[in-house]
Amino acid sequence: MTSTESDPPVVSMRGVTKRYGERPAVDGLDLDVPEGQCFGLLGPNGAGKTTTLRMIYGAAQPSAGTVSVFGLAVARRSREVRARLGVTLQDNVLIETATARENMRIFGRHYLLDAETIARRVDTLVEFLQLGSHADMVVRRLSGGFKRRLAIALSLMNMPELLILDEPTTGLDPNVRQGLWSRVRALRASGTTVLITTHYMDEAERLCDRVVIMAKGRAIADDAPAALISTHLAREAIEFDCDEAEERRFLASLGNGVPHLRTGNRTMAFADDASRLQDALRDLDGGDRRPIVLRPANLEDVFLSLSGTRLDEDG
Amino acid sequence: MDLSFRHAWSIWRRNATLYRRTWKLTILPNFFEPVFYLTAIGIGVGAYISDIGGMRYIEFLTPGMLAVAAMHGASFEVTYNVYVRIHFEKAYDGMLTTPVGPDDILIGEVLWSMTRSLFYGGGFFVVAMLFGLVPFPGGLAALVVIPLAGLLFAAIGFAFTIRIPTIDVFSFYFTLFLTPLFLFSDVFFPIRERLPGAWLIVAEALPLLHPVRLARSAFQGEWGWVALWDVGYILVVSAVLLELARRGVRKRLMS
Repeated sequence: MTSTESDPPVVSMRGVTKRYGERPAVDGLDLDVPEGQCFGLLGPNGAGKTTTLRMIYGAAQPSAGTVSVFGLAVARRSREVRARLGVTLQDNVLIETATARENMRIFGRHYLLDAETIARRVDTLVEFLQLGSHADMVVRRLSGGFKRRLAIALSLMNMPELLILDEPTTGLDPNVRQGLWSRVRALRASGTTVLITTHYMDEAERLCDRVVIMAKGRAIADDAPAALISTHLAREAIEFDCDEAEERRFLASLGNGVPHLRTGNRTMAFADDASRLQDALRDLDGGDRRPIVLRPANLEDVFLSLSGTRLDEDG
Repeated sequence: MDLSFRHAWSIWRRNATLYRRTWKLTILPNFFEPVFYLTAIGIGVGAYISDIGGMRYIEFLTPGMLAVAAMHGASFEVTYNVYVRIHFEKAYDGMLTTPVGPDDILIGEVLWSMTRSLFYGGGFFVVAMLFGLVPFPGGLAALVVIPLAGLLFAAIGFAFTIRIPTIDVFSFYFTLFLTPLFLFSDVFFPIRERLPGAWLIVAEALPLLHPVRLARSAFQGEWGWVALWDVGYILVVSAVLLELARRGVRKRLMS
């Protein structure tokens, strides 16, 4: 980890609310993104993630509260802030009739880079994002994965200190996602702070040093992924199908102290050593061995537990 | 107003770079459209008109059509093209992640639209010269009218485009706004002689009459005080509409 607790945060939001009409899209949000980390903003569609990002780079103004980036107040100095960060929007913004290289050159001019610098960075980024084989092809003909990498390349043209990625891998093939994750890790390793939004909990778990879980415009949890899991649930989980009466008996047999979740017909129960839960269920079932999944607890479980599905530790 | 001219220029250059790829496709229609008009209306229809205020009909028509060419050049750019950049390409959302600001986008696009009006109007001017219809050197003053008309119609079109909810609304803009302007703004006949007094007041309030009158003054080499009113109208109305467009950009792209 390249940062210490004493470094000022790259992004700092205090009491930020954004209302559209009566409805708050973001509601009293406090957020600190530490320098040099990969920071995840998690939550379902409509949780306020994109609105939060827009306020960070100054494309939307908060109805209340303050946003500062690199220690600068975005409300007054958004041009300076935007010169030092890069944003990959959820929808690729590309010129379909131009080649990948032309897209990068045209976009680079918005940062007032001279032709020589642009040429150098285009070459660097073509290599970094492995666009070489298709760099001179018209964008219209590129696959979804290439377009996404090109969109990220555009937001790196100014070599940003902070890279913001809005849903970077939504709709992409698994191998393309893996490739993108490795690029994000490489950027982070080179000192770039990365702020990523996603509704994929696995993505957040693999990439992020720290995550904030958002629901209905509020931050409902803020910690390292592993810490979130162990604080809110436990290290391991078992999952099995059962009816509600069976669930009650199972939990009672464990003394009712076990964190658990129920979605539909399925019960998940959590413990640092879940084999103890598995044994209890086997005892209860007698000879009838129902299928049980034993797995590590994950952010998805934390999200479910925090965002509505009931989690009542005392049954 | 928070305008950075260099950032606005990056928008202009973006459009110019992309235009370089397609200019060959647009230059031929640009060239032939005025040839068709001057031939059909000027020479064809004009043959049945002995003279119009002491001029051949084609001489009356040419400066009006020059202003119309400038109007169209700017209008296509700030209507369909800008709409596509807002809603389909999301190009402005991308630019607003860079140091480019909303005012830079507006001014960059308006400058580019004026450039397009120069291509259109300039093309017409060259054709008119080939027809022997541009008096020297006085007619050259009409070249200044082209960017003025470009500015005016870029401001009007942008203020409209930034507010409309769907692309279909452009049929109103073209059919119910630009077409009547084209037909009733002194381009084809002297409105003072043929239309009722009430329309003359309306025409003074509408945008096309002013560049038409300026272009005609340049071609005839007769300047009156009304030219000051025409230039003043173009500058003031452009400024008011640019302010409306500026607010529209913030509302559309930055809320």
